[in-house]
Amino acid sequence: MGEFTVHRVRFFHYMPSGICAMAFNRRTERLAVARTDGSVELYSRTDHFFQEKVVPGRQQRSIQALCWVGKRLFGAGLSGEIAEFDLDNLRLKFSQDAYGGPIWSIVCNPQGTHLAAGCEDGTVKLFEILEDQIRFERNMGGQKGRIISLAWHSSGTKIAAGMIDMIKVFDLDSGNAVQRLLVERGSRMQQSQECVVWSVLFLSDIIVSGDSAGKVKMWDVNTGTLIKNHQVTEWDVLTLSVSQDETSLFAGTSEGTVVQFQLLDVVLGQEEKEWVRTRTFKNHTHDVIALAEADTVIISGGMDTQLVVRPLLDKLDFKSRDSSLLKILFPQRSLVSCAKKAGLLLFQYPTHLELWRLGDTEGHGPPGCILPVSRNPEKLLHLKIKGEDHVCCSAVAPCGEWIAYSTTSGIRLYRLQRDNKNVSITKVPKLPKVLRHAHQLCFSPDSSHLYGTTSSAVHVVALTSAGCKFEHSLKPKSGSTHPVRLLAVSSDGKFLASANSNSEIHIYNMHKLKAHCTVPVYRSGVSAMGIHPETNNLVIVHADHQIFEFSIEQMQYTDWSRRVQKEGLHHVWLERDTPVINVTFNPQNPNHVILHDSYMFCIIDQSLPLPDRKSQFHNQLTLKSLPEAERLKHSHAFKECKLYQPLLCVDMLENQSLVVVERPLLDITTNLPAPVRQKKFAT
Amino acid sequence: MVESSEVRVVRCGGSRINVAAPVISVDSRFLLCASGDLVKVFSTSTEEWVHVLQGHTNVVTGITLNPANQLQVYSSSADGTVRLWDFTDGILIKTFVIGYPIATLLVSNKHEGILFLVVPAKDNSNSECLQLVAAHVPKTLEQEVEVRELSSVLPNISPNPRAVGFGREGEYIASAEGLKLIVYFFRDQKPYRFNLSKSTKKGAKNTFTCVSCHPKDDCVATGHEDGKIRLWRNFNQKKEYTYTTLHWHHSVVNTLCFTPEGTTLLSGGIESVLVQWQYDRNSKYILPRLGGSITHISVSADGSLFTTSHSDNKITVIQSNLKVSAVIQGLVKGEAVHTDLVIDPRSKALVLNGKPGHLQFYSLQRDKQLYNLDIVQQEYIYQEGLDQYEVVKAAFDAHGSCLATVEERGKKLSDTEITLKFWDYNETAQRYTLTCQKVFCAVWISTLNILYFSSFVLNTTVMTPHDNRITSMCFFPTAETTMVVTTARDGCFKAWLLGQESDTEKQGTDGPSWSCDFVGRYHDLQPTNCCFSADGSLLAVSFQEVITIWNPETWELLTTLCQPPGNIKDLCFGRLSCSRYLLATTTKNMLCCWNLLTCSLEWSTSIAVTLLKADPLSENMAVFTLQKEQTDLFVFKPCEPRPLFTQNALCVGEVQRAIFVPREEPLDNCDESSLWLNRSQLYCLTENMDLLAFTTKIEDDSLISRKLVCNLTLIVFEKHIKRVSCSIFCLVTINPVCHLLPTQAVIDDSVAVTPFYLLLGKHRQREQEMCGLPVTEQQGRAQLPQGSVAVREVRSRVPWKCLVMVYSTRSRVVLLLIFVCVCVCVCVCVLFYTFSCYTRRLMSCPQRPSYATCL
Repeated sequence: MGEFTVHRVRFFHYMPSGICAMAFNRRTERLAVARTDGSVELYSRTDHFFQEKVVPGRQQRSIQALCWVGKRLFGAGLSGEIAEFDLDNLRLKFSQDAYGGPIWSIVCNPQGTHLAAGCEDGTVKLFEILEDQIRFERNMGGQKGRIISLAWHSSGTKIAAGMIDMIKVFDLDSGNAVQRLLVERGSRMQQSQECVVWSVLFLSDIIVSGDSAGKVKMWDVNTGTLIKNHQVTEWDVLTLSVSQDETSLFAGTSEGTVVQFQLLDVVLGQEEKEWVRTRTFKNHTHDVIALAEADTVIISGGMDTQLVVRPLLDKLDFKSRDSSLLKILFPQRSLVSCAKKAGLLLFQYPTHLELWRLGDTEGHGPPGCILPVSRNPEKLLHLKIKGEDHVCCSAVAPCGEWIAYSTTSGIRLYRLQRDNKNVSITKVPKLPKVLRHAHQLCFSPDSSHLYGTTSSAVHVVALTSAGCKFEHSLKPKSGSTHPVRLLAVSSDGKFLASANSNSEIHIYNMHKLKAHCTVPVYRSGVSAMGIHPETNNLVIVHADHQIFEFSIEQMQYTDWSRRVQKEGLHHVWLERDTPVINVTFNPQNPNHVILHDSYMFCIIDQSLPLPDRKSQFHNQLTLKSLPEAERLKHSHAFKECKLYQPLLCVDMLENQSLVVVERPLLDITTNLPAPVRQKKFAT
Repeated sequence: MVESSEVRVVRCGGSRINVAAPVISVDSRFLLCASGDLVKVFSTSTEEWVHVLQGHTNVVTGITLNPANQLQVYSSSADGTVRLWDFTDGILIKTFVIGYPIATLLVSNKHEGILFLVVPAKDNSNSECLQLVAAHVPKTLEQEVEVRELSSVLPNISPNPRAVGFGREGEYIASAEGLKLIVYFFRDQKPYRFNLSKSTKKGAKNTFTCVSCHPKDDCVATGHEDGKIRLWRNFNQKKEYTYTTLHWHHSVVNTLCFTPEGTTLLSGGIESVLVQWQYDRNSKYILPRLGGSITHISVSADGSLFTTSHSDNKITVIQSNLKVSAVIQGLVKGEAVHTDLVIDPRSKALVLNGKPGHLQFYSLQRDKQLYNLDIVQQEYIYQEGLDQYEVVKAAFDAHGSCLATVEERGKKLSDTEITLKFWDYNETAQRYTLTCQKVFCAVWISTLNILYFSSFVLNTTVMTPHDNRITSMCFFPTAETTMVVTTARDGCFKAWLLGQESDTEKQGTDGPSWSCDFVGRYHDLQPTNCCFSADGSLLAVSFQEVITIWNPETWELLTTLCQPPGNIKDLCFGRLSCSRYLLATTTKNMLCCWNLLTCSLEWSTSIAVTLLKADPLSENMAVFTLQKEQTDLFVFKPCEPRPLFTQNALCVGEVQRAIFVPREEPLDNCDESSLWLNRSQLYCLTENMDLLAFTTKIEDDSLISRKLVCNLTLIVFEKHIKRVSCSIFCLVTINPVCHLLPTQAVIDDSVAVTPFYLLLGKHRQREQEMCGLPVTEQQGRAQLPQGSVAVREVRSRVPWKCLVMVYSTRSRVVLLLIFVCVCVCVCVCVLFYTFSCYTRRLMSCPQRPSYATCL
C-alpha cells in the first residue's frame, strides 16, 4: 500500500481537562459539557455525540453548573457570575454578578421563565430570564451555610436546596423555608466532619439527595421523613440524575462508579413499588462529577476527563452503533497544524503554542525498522498568549514563516525568521478590524494569504514581507450564521471550502474572490474534509462515517462517491465510534486518501473495489498470507493501520514522509490527580 | 471361586455428609443430613448423631421436611425411591417408587401432595440431561407405593441441586443452567428465560452456579462463577428485567440462601467465608475461616440457626448472630489421599490426609473425626495455582508412639521441597480438659475407645532428606528398635534411627533425635518400595525390576530377586504361617510370590493388579484388579494361589487405597466366604473418594444393636450431664489401661520364628559352597541366633507373655475377656472366701438370720 518514513511524534503533551458540569437539552438533543479550564463543549446526541462546537475557556473561569433554558445555555461558577454563552460566536454573550459570593448551582424552573442560583452566602437568588439578559428578582433564605445544590419541583412552586448537613425546601410563594431535612453525618471515622449534600433531585413525590457520607436518601416531600437510605459508597455521592419518567435514578460517586436505582414492584403485578439499587457501572477511574440522562443512554463525566456514554440496553430495541459503550477522551478537532514544506509542527495548548522542527534521518531500512535519527527534533518556539482567554484556533503557514492564532478577544499574526540557529518572531501589526476573532484560521498553500473565519464570513488577508493587507470578505450565499468548523484549501490555492457546524459546506473561488458553489447538506456533521491536490475533488467525511467525494470543478458528486453511496460502506467501518479528524492525500499515488481518527489511520485506495457486506474488513493479515497473484483479487479499498494510537494528527509532508502525533493514554492518566483510595482485594 | 451373599459392600463410615443440603428440624434440635445410603439425625447442640434412617440402597441425594407434617422428612435417593420418615423415632413411613435415579427433591407449601423431582430426561438417551418433573403422591395406606404420574415441568435442569428453587411460597420456580435463567410461573404456566453473555471481559464469568428466591418479594438471587451475586427483579418482562450485582466473593459462589423472613441473604463460596448480606441495605457481615469451601447453606424455619456444609466433609452449625455453635466433622476427603490409609495403633483410628497440611485421625467405629494433627504448621491460604505443602507419607511404629511424616511442595521436579518429620507420642500432653460439656458426652460414648487429643510432639525435622521425591516409607515392625526406612527417586534408600540418649545429651537437647543411619543403593536404579518382614529380620527394597533383600542389622545385601518384565509396584511380606513368602506386583500386570526359603519364585500370575494389601492379623492378602473400568477384589493366602473370596465389579474405576482395619473383637463367624473378615475389616477408597467397607451379616445385626445402646447412653447422658462428671473421671483414668495391654500379635508358627536370614544364609552358603567360594566371616557372624530380634523377643518374655503367646492367634480383645474372666474368677474366689469366712462367723452367731437359708 505504500511505504512512508514515519515521524512518530510523542512530544505533544496534550492534556485534557476534567469535566465539572453537564447539561442535556432534551428538546434540541444537545449536551453541554463544561470543563475545568472554563471551556464548554456542545455534543449532538442524534449525531453519535459529535462535538459540534467548543466555546474556548478562560483563565480563572470555573463553571460549577450549566443550565439550558430553551436554546439558551447559562452557566455559573465560583466567580459569582451568571453567564450566558453565545453559541453562534462561541463566546460569552454576557455575564452578570449575582452578588452572593461563589455560585454552586443554578437551575431553571420547568416553565423556563426563571433561574435560581444557590450562593455561598446561603441565599437562593431568583432571576427572571429576559430576551437578552437576566434580571434579579428576589432572595430566599439568607442564613449562614452555603447552598451546594438546587432542585426545582415540576410544579414550579417549591425548590429544594442541598446545604451542609441539611436540605431546605423553599416555598416560592412565600419565599420561606417550609422544611428542613437533617442529613446525618457519616458513620465512618469523620464523625466530626460535616456532611455536604452534593446533589438533590425533586421528583413529584420524593426528594432524593446524595451526600458526602456516601448515601443516597429518599425523603417524603409532604412530611419530610426519610423513606429509604442507600449506602452507595464509602466516599461521596457527587451527582444525581433522574430519567424523565422518574422510574430510574443514577448516582455518580467519588469511586468513579455510576449506580442505578429503579422503581420496581415489590411483588410483581401489584401496586407497591420500591426504589431498588440495581446496576453499577464503573467506567471512570476518578470522581464522577456530572451525570446526564438522555432516554436510552446515561452520560457521565468527571475528573478523569473522559465523557462516557453508557447505553441502557433495556431501552434499546436492536443492536446498533448506539448500543455500545462510547468513551470520548480526545478532542474531535485537530490541535496540530503542520507546515508541509518546512517540516514544522505547531501544537496548540490552551495557554501557549509550541513550534517544533521535526527530526531527520539518513537511514534506510526494511519496513517496520527504527531508523537512526541524524538530527533530533527541536523545539523552536514557545509562544505564550497574551490575555486571559484561551486559544481557540491556530495555524502555521506551509513555508513555516507565518504563525497565527486566535482567542475570543483577538487574532495575532507573527512572522517567523529562521537563521541557521536563531529563531526570531515579529508580531505583524495592523490586522484588519473585521477580523477581530476567528473560529478557524488557515494559510494558502503558497503562504501568501491568511484565511480567517467568523460566524458570518471568510476574511482574506494578503501577506507580504512588509505586512498584511485586508483583501476581501466572502459571505455564504445562504447567509447562515453558524460557526465554521473546518477550512480546506486546494493545493493550487484556487478553491477554499468551509464547513460550518450546521454541516453546510461552502466553496469559494479564491482567484475570483467569490462564492463558487455549495455542497448538498447531509444530515450528519462534517468531521473532516480535504481537497485533492490533482483533481480538486473535495473529500468529505461525516460524523456517521459516510464518505463523499465532490468534484468542485464540475460541481457534482464524483462517480466514486456515487458508487460508495450505492454499494454502501462496510458495517465495520460504520460502527467505528470516533469520528475521522483529518483527510490528507498521498502525492505519490493520487488514488490514495489518508484518513485518521483517534485510534487508527486508514488509506482508501479509490482504484480498488469497495468491500462488500460479507467480506472481511480487516483483511491485511489474510492478504499477506496469500500469493502475490491472488492478493489483488481479494483486496479492497480500505487499509487500516492501528500501529500508532491514540492519534492526534496524521499528515503528509512534502518529502513523502508521514507525521504521526501520538499521545499515550498512560501519560494522561499519570498526570491526573490520585483517585480516592479504595480497598481492593488482598491489599 | 466362592461367590457369597454373606459379604456385603457398604458405605458405612466416612461417607460424604455434604452431598445434599442438611435440614434443621422445626424445633432446631435436630439436624438431618444425607450420608451415603443413610440419613443421619444429629443433635444440633451436642454434635453427636442420635440415630440413622436406614433403608435406601443407594446414595441419598436430597432431604426435605414434609410441609404437611413438620415431624416427617422426605428423602430421595439414586436408587429411584423417595421415602417418608418419622425422624424423631427413625421409622420409615412410606416408600414411593419413582423408577428413575433422583438427583434433587423439592417440595413447597403451595403444592400439597406433589413432589418435584429432578430426574434424567426420558426421551433423551444422554443421561446427563435432566428435567424437573412433578410427581403426584397417591393417598393410599400402603407402605410401598409406585408413583406413575409424572408430569414434566421444566427441561434442561442443571445437575447441581442448588440451581433450582421455589419463589414466593411456590408461585414460581427458578432454575439456572449454564448461562440461562428460567423463571416458570405456575399460575400462567409460562416460563421466562434470561440469557447472560458469555463474555470474559474484565474476568467476567457469567455462568450460573446457584439460585435462591426471596420468600416474600419477587426477587431471585443467582450466584455466578466469577463470584458475583445478581438479584433479579421484574423478571416477568422480556426486556425490562433488571438486576443488582453484589460482589464480594473472588471466585465461584457455591450456594445462596435467603432467611425465612427475607431480611438477609447468605452466600458461601470457595473462600470458606459465610457472607450475610442485608437484603434492603448494601451492608454485609462476614464469618471467615470456616474450613473448607462452602457447598450448601440451609437455614432453620425460625431463622435462628444456619448450617453450612463444607467441601472438607463438615457441617457447621451457626447461630444467627454469626457464632459457630457446633461442628459436625466427617472424614475429610481431599482430591486424593497422598498418604496411604494408616491405622494408628493406639487409638485404632484411621489416619490419612485431612485438611491441607494436616493428618486426620478418624474413628471408623464412631464415624467421627477424633482430631487433626497439624503437620506442615503453616497458615493455609486458599489461592488458585498456589503451591502448597502436602503431606504425602505417614507411618506409625508398632506401638503408635512414633509417627513419621513426609511433606512436599513443588509440582515441578526442579524445585521440590521435601521435609521428613518425626513425631513422638507424648503421654503427658493428653489433655483431658473436662470443662466442656461436649467433651463429657464424647467421653461417655467412647467407653471402648478412648478419646485422643492431638498429642504428637514434633521430635525431629529433616529438611531435604532425599534429593527427589520419597516413594515409600516404612517403620521397623517390632517395638525394640525404632527405625524408619525411606526410599526415594534419587536412587537411594535411607534408614533413620532414633539416636542414643548419650549422643543428644552432649548437644543439650531434651531428648533423643533421629538421624540417618544408612544409605543404600543398588546399581543406580530407582527404589520404588520397601517392606520389612513381620519379625523385622529382613528388609525388602524394590529397585525398579529388582527386589533386594537386606539385613537391617548389618545392612548386608542378602539376595536379589528379579522377575522381569515390569517395575515393581507393590511389595508385601506374608504374615504368620505364610511369612516365608514375599509378594510383589509389577507394572506389567504380574503378581509374583517368592519363597524366601528357597529364594525362588513360588508362583506368579498375570493379573492387572492396582493394589496389594496384607492383613496384619492373618495370612490373608487382598488384591484389587482393574478390568474393563471396573475393580474386582480377590482375597487369598500367599501359600496357595487360590482366592478365598472374590468380589466382582466392586466399583467403577480404580480403587485408590485400601486397608485392613483390625477389629476390636474378632467375629466368630464360621461361614467360609466371610472367614477372612473375622480378624479385621477391609476398607477401600474408590476414585470418587467413597470409603467402601466389607461387612458380614452378623456384623450388620450387631451394628444396629450397638447403635441403640449408644443412643440410649446419649439420651441418658444428656439428662444427667452435670451429675456424672465424677464417673467420667473414673472412666478416663481406667481407659488408658486397656491400651497398655500388649497389642502385638505374636507369631505362633514355628517356621516363621526362625529368622529368615538364617535360612537365607544357609541357602546362600549352600549356593556359595556349590560355587566353591569360602564362607566369609561376616556371614558366619550373621548365623548367630543371638542377633535375631525375634529370638531375643521370645527369650525376654515373662511367663505372662507366654500366656499371651498361647492365645496369640485370637485378637487382643479375647485376651482382655480372658483377663477379665480371670479377674472375675479371682474376685469371685476372694469374695467366696470372705463370704465363707463371714458365713462361718455368722453360723457361729445364732441370733442373726442365716444367709445360707436366704441363698
